[in-house]
Amino acid sequence: MTIDTLTAGALARNLVGGDVTDANLRRYLEGIPGIDAVGLEQRAASLGTRSIKTTSKAWALDRIIQLIDLTTLEGADTPGKVRSLVAKAMVPDASDPTTPRVAAVCVYGDMVGDAVTALGASHGDPDHGGISVAAVATAFPSGRASLAVKLADTADAVSAGADEIDMVIDRGAFLSGRYGLVYDQIVAVKEACRRADGSFAHLKVILETGELNTYDNVRRASWLSILAGGDFIKTSTGKVAPAATLPVTLSMLEVVRDWHRLTGQKIGVKPAGGIRSSKDAIKYLVTVAETVGEEWLTPHLFRFGASSLLNDVLLQRQKLTTGHYSGADYVTID
Amino acid sequence: MSHLAVQKTYKLYIGGAFPRSESGYTTEVLSASGTFLANAAKASRKDARDAVVAARSAVSKWSGATAYNRGQVLYRIAEVLEGRRAQFVAEIVASENVSAAAAGTQVDEAIDRWVWYAGWCDKYTQVSGNANPVAGPYFNISVPEPTGVVAVVAPQDSSLLGFVSALAPALVSGNTVVILASERFPLSAISFAEVLATSDVPGGVVNILTGSARDVAPWLASHADVNALDLVGANALDWISLEIAAADTLKRVLPPESGSDAAAPALARIQAFTETKTVWHTKSLI
Repeated sequence: MTIDTLTAGALARNLVGGDVTDANLRRYLEGIPGIDAVGLEQRAASLGTRSIKTTSKAWALDRIIQLIDLTTLEGADTPGKVRSLVAKAMVPDASDPTTPRVAAVCVYGDMVGDAVTALGASHGDPDHGGISVAAVATAFPSGRASLAVKLADTADAVSAGADEIDMVIDRGAFLSGRYGLVYDQIVAVKEACRRADGSFAHLKVILETGELNTYDNVRRASWLSILAGGDFIKTSTGKVAPAATLPVTLSMLEVVRDWHRLTGQKIGVKPAGGIRSSKDAIKYLVTVAETVGEEWLTPHLFRFGASSLLNDVLLQRQKLTTGHYSGADYVTID
Repeated sequence: MSHLAVQKTYKLYIGGAFPRSESGYTTEVLSASGTFLANAAKASRKDARDAVVAARSAVSKWSGATAYNRGQVLYRIAEVLEGRRAQFVAEIVASENVSAAAAGTQVDEAIDRWVWYAGWCDKYTQVSGNANPVAGPYFNISVPEPTGVVAVVAPQDSSLLGFVSALAPALVSGNTVVILASERFPLSAISFAEVLATSDVPGGVVNILTGSARDVAPWLASHADVNALDLVGANALDWISLEIAAADTLKRVLPPESGSDAAAPALARIQAFTETKTVWHTKSLI
């Protein structure tokens, strides 16, 4: 469900208490209660200690695969690399046809056409068994380009067939308190996600939490992105360390939970970067289920941005089905 | 004032570090007369899994080192071993109930064997490889290359000599090793881990698990990321089942050996864990 821009604007004006200006946004965002960092980290750590075994683990592994945005974001990407990524997205494990498919492939904007062609009939909504194409846009990963370039970048990917746009916010503007500028850019990019038929590509807003320095900033940026109409909030580009961490994702999930209580709208969350093992991914599933509820564990509300995670999940899955440990020779190399 | 003896609880050796067993279990190591010597970690299947991961990640560095360098690193181990001779003798006397002279002989022989294998590092290729005669304008060359990760069940009724005899040959060509120490006499293997940690061997090249070989060996035999299995000390185990499990993933397998000359030094033990690569190359056109 894509959130309509008019509704989002009206909601934002309502909450901020007037026009969405720098001053009003600052008063609103900086009035949000601060985060107890120690408490947040303790809560995240305690959620990571759950022991998930046997049938629950099998369920979790399959669900993780269904939630993965299989990603290749390298300067050295080629149409061939994208085709092999798509092949892996469609058949993650050729030795086991019961393996589910991933939710989407995530590529640079100029590779969208190749991804769409390679997917063919499999291109579609992951809720109905298809695989979406997500494109990073707006001068990813730095976001340092004029708004006109960012919008052209976005519109280009959408017209090439991207179902989802991963945009980056202007962290420089955010950190210097120009919230209005960040808000306006997200609104403009959202508008650029409009297709010819009037529908919208899903907009994921990347906060790049590794550059935001504090949990309070993460919380404010999450509110700001949701106010501006983002369908998803995403932790990181994967190009900056630290990328996704459990406490950061937990704080974003709390914002999503509060927004849902406030408005009834369901916003998605996508941790990306640094999640490499099934064990870590399962901790995220637990955190999601405990914070916003199990109904969030669907492809249109939760995603993992990952590339090497899939292979580790497949190895664990093979261990469960065969009863013995598997090795890297039994999964494909990306 | 009398000295209060420190009762030691030893740990595993995985990836160059000394972690406790994931299971948290330890077993008592007793002398021949039944007195307490130390606690040894009881490795679980997850420790074996971690050890294989560590061994796998060490393969490229160890097999990529020059043969000459590998020889130097292995020789350095023999030097450190020699420096700790007294400790090894005392442990063998306590656990095997043999005379100090017999224990000394065992340690000396272990050092000699280690040096003998270290010397083979930059020589076994010349002996095992070949320039093959072909009827055409080509060179045809066969060279031995390391297999990868080797899982070893060390001889169970020998402290140091059996352990060294099983470990050294697998390392020569550049394999990395996960070795299950003798269940009854693990002290020498544990001290050997300290020797390795204070010499130049990269972490993960040798991973030492103590505890029950009966519990852990099946997991290594069936592990798809283990390339070869040395069952030299697996007489008392259900080694036929281990061989069958190993066959599922096409591992190279060495059968159990028994008697006083078990795991005797031989070039064949080095060659057992190598793959032969044959390349054709055109001769110069002029």
